[in-house]
Amino acid sequence: MTSPSLTSEQSAGGQLVRFAGQLLTRSLGSIEAPLARFRAESGDVILDLSDVEALDTGGAWMIADLRRRLEAEGVSVQITGADPARAALIETVSRNMPEELVPEGPPGGFVAWLERLGKGVVGAWTDTLSVLGFLGLTLHRLLRCLIMPWRLRGASLVTQMEETGFKAVPIVALMGFLIGVVLAFQGATQLQQFGAEVFVVELISISVLRELGILLTAIIVAGRSGSAFTASIGSMKVQEELDAMRTLALDPIEVLVVPRILALLIVLPVLGFIADISGLIGGALMSWIDLGVSPGMFVTRLKENTDVWHFAVGMIKAPFFALVIGVIACWQAMQVQGSSESLGRRTTASVVQSIFMVITLDALFSIFFSEMGI
Amino acid sequence: MDGTPAPRTTQADAEREAVIRVRGLTNRFGPQVVHENLDLDVWRGEVLGVVGGSGTGKSVLMRSIVGLNKPAAGSIEVLGVDVLNGTEADRRRIEKSWGVAFQYGALFSSLTVLQNVLAPMREHLKISERLMQELGELKISLVGLPLTSCSKFPSELSGGMRKRAALARALALDPEIVFLDEPTAGLDPIGAAAYDDLIGELQRALGLTVFMVTHDLDSLYAICDRVAVLAEKRVLVEGPIEDMASVDHPWVREYFTGPRARAASEKGRST
Repeated sequence: MTSPSLTSEQSAGGQLVRFAGQLLTRSLGSIEAPLARFRAESGDVILDLSDVEALDTGGAWMIADLRRRLEAEGVSVQITGADPARAALIETVSRNMPEELVPEGPPGGFVAWLERLGKGVVGAWTDTLSVLGFLGLTLHRLLRCLIMPWRLRGASLVTQMEETGFKAVPIVALMGFLIGVVLAFQGATQLQQFGAEVFVVELISISVLRELGILLTAIIVAGRSGSAFTASIGSMKVQEELDAMRTLALDPIEVLVVPRILALLIVLPVLGFIADISGLIGGALMSWIDLGVSPGMFVTRLKENTDVWHFAVGMIKAPFFALVIGVIACWQAMQVQGSSESLGRRTTASVVQSIFMVITLDALFSIFFSEMGI
Repeated sequence: MDGTPAPRTTQADAEREAVIRVRGLTNRFGPQVVHENLDLDVWRGEVLGVVGGSGTGKSVLMRSIVGLNKPAAGSIEVLGVDVLNGTEADRRRIEKSWGVAFQYGALFSSLTVLQNVLAPMREHLKISERLMQELGELKISLVGLPLTSCSKFPSELSGGMRKRAALARALALDPEIVFLDEPTAGLDPIGAAAYDDLIGELQRALGLTVFMVTHDLDSLYAICDRVAVLAEKRVLVEGPIEDMASVDHPWVREYFTGPRARAASEKGRST
């Protein structure tokens, strides 16, 4: 492979520039600088291509660009020694030469930062309105399905309950059990210092039943099922399946969203209950091993000293968490635009937002219940 | 083999250089045999149109040649390099000398059109950023896209524009061979004709070899030098399109003498 070169000399017709070697895109680096430095000395310029071994669009661009530059300076340019195919290529390239460089991306700096901030604030506000709108729409369709049960997709509901509920039982139970174990273990170390080992029962029961059982279940479900909702509905959106449904007079909310959210509303309290029970079992087991609190004593103290309201407070929160997870996941799926990259971004956002909202809601519930004195 | 003419071997064939040589290719997906003992030659500087009914493995053949699909048996040589058993260095060399435009574009969705075209250049060329960008814009302009589309993302383009952008990316490294999968499917007739002209012009100017999977009879008549028909798990017949009408095979006859073929053939002759 001969690398390209150019030589310049004065001849009778004007300045003669000879190109030689392979003028190919992959070898242009070696003549880029000499060409950029080239200046017409006087009069006409003749570009001689007779020694050029190969020419592609990159090489043709070099020649066309040189000609354009020189002509802009008022020099007349002639191209010789190009066979018809090469001459045609140079003409094709000249015809398609971009007028000027398109700037890449918007300008940076303070103004751009301010613009991004403004866009962010407006975006957050419109997103909030949009989520609330979607919540209203979903509740309307949900209630309509409950009033007119024949509209409900039974098979879809059962499938979703299996996916989001039944298949989540092992991980939720294991998580609850481990939380119970950890609480008992950590609590025991602290309580032993005061000789108040037996209060470990209250520690475990209240924290698991009231807060941890349902909160951690909701977080697991948000990560497991929320992302699955966004991914499955979102990929349908990418492939225009939702539009196809609308043209077939099928309501995507009713067909896709309602069964998923209803399934979550049903299974999340059940999963929360499973987490509660396995948490208590884990706690009782650890108390027995570590503190010598027998299971019998554990149950007795649980019955006597733990108000049933602690359990109720946990369970009351479950459907709200379910609604938040389901609505955010399905709303994010509806926001997917065109590409699969957007699908990935929305799935991530769905999990992060629903976990964040679940924790926020839990904090609000805490304040509410303590104000109510429960 | 009976009932179909043997591949035409003339004196000229021996002198031509085969840039792609496929021998005894067999492709299988589970129990389904797509190709069996398929032979095909593509000569330097020609436009080869590959046609065949749905499911005859046109795309699979293309994917096998560019090494995306590992065949069960057979050998594939591109520019003298064994695609299946060649060394890593050889493979990298030929990967730079072909460009593939996929049916749905397969543009990188997180990059703009210009960045898509620049992506292979950044990786393989040692030229200045400015020159690279200008060449990228040239490629975009060559395939008939307005320069305003440089900064657009693939999801903002129409199907036809996406195909053009895919061609621009395939041409980024000025390849010797261009593979096109259904290049004109989904384009309007004017856009498709312009695309055909473009391929023809680029092919003549750059001496490209074009391997085109297509269903578009207009394209076949307008720019293809030769047609290869896939049927019965192999290349049933190959040759200039004028010879296809005389082939005695039901599918080939139906395809090349149907009403649409007649209209395309008249149009092809008049231009």
